[in-house]
Amino acid sequence: MKDKGMMKTIKGIAAPLPLANIDTDVIMPKRFLITITREGLADGTFADLRFDAAGQKRPGFILNKTPWTQATILVVGDNFGCGSSREHAVWGMRQLPIDACIGTGFAGIFYDNARKNGLALPIVSPEVRDSLLQFSNNPSGAEISINLERRMITAGEISAPFEMDDATRTALIRGRDDTLDSLDYTSVIRHFEAGLNERMRVSVIK
Amino acid sequence: MTRTLYDKLVDNHKVCDLPDGDMLIYVDFHIMNEYTSPQAFSGLASKGLKVWRPEAHLSVVDHVNATRSVEAPDAQSKLLIDNLEKNCTKHQIAFYGLGDPRQGIEHVIVPEQGLVVPGMLIACGDSHTTTYGAFGALGFGIGTSEVEHVLATQTLRYKRMKTMRVTIEGTTAPGVTAKDIIMKVVQVVGAGGANGFAVEFAGSAIVGLDMAGRMTVCNMAVELGARAALIAADEITEAALKGYPHSGQFAFRGESWVSDPRAIFDEEFTISGADIEPLITWGTSPDQSVPITSNVPSALDYVSPKAKAALERALQYMGLSEGQSAQSIKIDTAFIGSCTNSRIEDLREAAKILEGRQVAEGVEAIVVPGSAMTRLKAESEGLRAIFETAGFQWRPEAGCSMCLAMNDDIAMDGERVASSTNRNFEGRQGRGARTHLMSPAMVAAAAVCGHLADIRDFK
Repeated sequence: MKDKGMMKTIKGIAAPLPLANIDTDVIMPKRFLITITREGLADGTFADLRFDAAGQKRPGFILNKTPWTQATILVVGDNFGCGSSREHAVWGMRQLPIDACIGTGFAGIFYDNARKNGLALPIVSPEVRDSLLQFSNNPSGAEISINLERRMITAGEISAPFEMDDATRTALIRGRDDTLDSLDYTSVIRHFEAGLNERMRVSVIK
Repeated sequence: MTRTLYDKLVDNHKVCDLPDGDMLIYVDFHIMNEYTSPQAFSGLASKGLKVWRPEAHLSVVDHVNATRSVEAPDAQSKLLIDNLEKNCTKHQIAFYGLGDPRQGIEHVIVPEQGLVVPGMLIACGDSHTTTYGAFGALGFGIGTSEVEHVLATQTLRYKRMKTMRVTIEGTTAPGVTAKDIIMKVVQVVGAGGANGFAVEFAGSAIVGLDMAGRMTVCNMAVELGARAALIAADEITEAALKGYPHSGQFAFRGESWVSDPRAIFDEEFTISGADIEPLITWGTSPDQSVPITSNVPSALDYVSPKAKAALERALQYMGLSEGQSAQSIKIDTAFIGSCTNSRIEDLREAAKILEGRQVAEGVEAIVVPGSAMTRLKAESEGLRAIFETAGFQWRPEAGCSMCLAMNDDIAMDGERVASSTNRNFEGRQGRGARTHLMSPAMVAAAAVCGHLADIRDFK
């Protein structure tokens, strides 16, 4: 077992981010990508939405307003995380810290990157998403609760199921390391490789 | 049991099922660049892991490097480039660095080296890895944690996707390119319309494309959310495998790399090739496009308040007015390059427009050939002379350049770019920069006119 600890429920203030097609260039502008580490990306996250060209906070942006400065959950528009494969987008969101994004659907690479970094992405119907947008838009600072085991979201009067595939849910709850886990299958991988003929074994000229 | 091409590719690479519903799939070939791999190598180091099969990987510098010279644009970029070389030396991985005659944009050089064949599974820390579907190979983009996983295990944890077929029937009119076909598909299916799907492109308009065109189509399939794109392998594919350094070395036989005739897809779209016109994007998402003969949308074209608000935001960012004609949009910059459209075929099409013409006054026009090999071929065909005589800057070093502006080719705040690239996102080509996507020939036409223009008007 390589468990880092169990996470079953995520609770926090949620911020509404209703724009559709928020891409990873917007989540993490490229000027923050010239780095060889995972750290130091919190300031880059949503940088052009949060800050103006002079580096001043944009007062109108939701994450700059009370109580959403404390938000750890986002309720987002359709197709969040589209575009580039940059995992920096997820690293930065985790460093803010954001623990979950609730939406109607996410781009595939972003979804997989999120799982690897403990960012939960519950998928709900457009109707539930819209009611959660409305709930989180209320400045009372009421929290949303995401129960991973029961796959249920509760927010005030709202109680709704969400979709999350089993493997992703297990990964989030166990906080496991996929690379180390997969090495448990070393002999199975070797067996598969033994079945490949020479012309199926790529060897790149140096 | 009839199967789709996608299912055949997955079945052939499945190592085993995992208890939680995922499977392990075998990665035949893995490509790395300097910006999405550093943290994967440090992950290996911190866990004390080795690279499973070093010869199955290729690293190339393409995202951050300058295009004016082999010198890195700044110290931090140099750190990324040097770091990749150091990691490859340590782990015995092939490295095509700056100045190497094989260097170029990853998805341009892989076919040029003969490193993709039908039936292969290719992963890369770059979303446009869907390009290899043009060869009947399964290519898809991965994040950095998955790069680490491939390095350590030669496999990925994988979930089988749903399948979608997009059929482009009939033939397209003269002046309509592969770029227009895929931009039309993105417009019809929507920017997230294929999330969770592997998309196969079919129909006579697709079969009729050359390999460069097929690569353009599969490359931009990720802009509709497709994690994988495929085109059935045929005699055009076979012919394109010959004459490169690795040609003849790899073969994945035992299957025909096409969908079975009666294979069932979860979703189907059909588009008539005759209905496709040369397109330009007007907004900040690749599905926001109109024919060049048409106008920017107005609020009257939309019903829902959400759609009206999205239009307003996009037009405000883009500095456009509702209903403005596409051809009235004046540009500051023309850019031809990127993994979508920087191959020799793209440069030839643009050169046809530019021959005997001049770039309009006040327009900065830049062409970045996709690889060192592409540049040399273009120069030997006389294309460089055509571009330079017309007033284009011919950049000597290959790379992603102004497609995502990670190097020093950055558009300024408010600058408007006619671009042969793949994404018109806010800030993509520079903070506040305004991108209009189109085919490379249309970029050349816009450069000549100083505003977006219809290549069909160029005789």
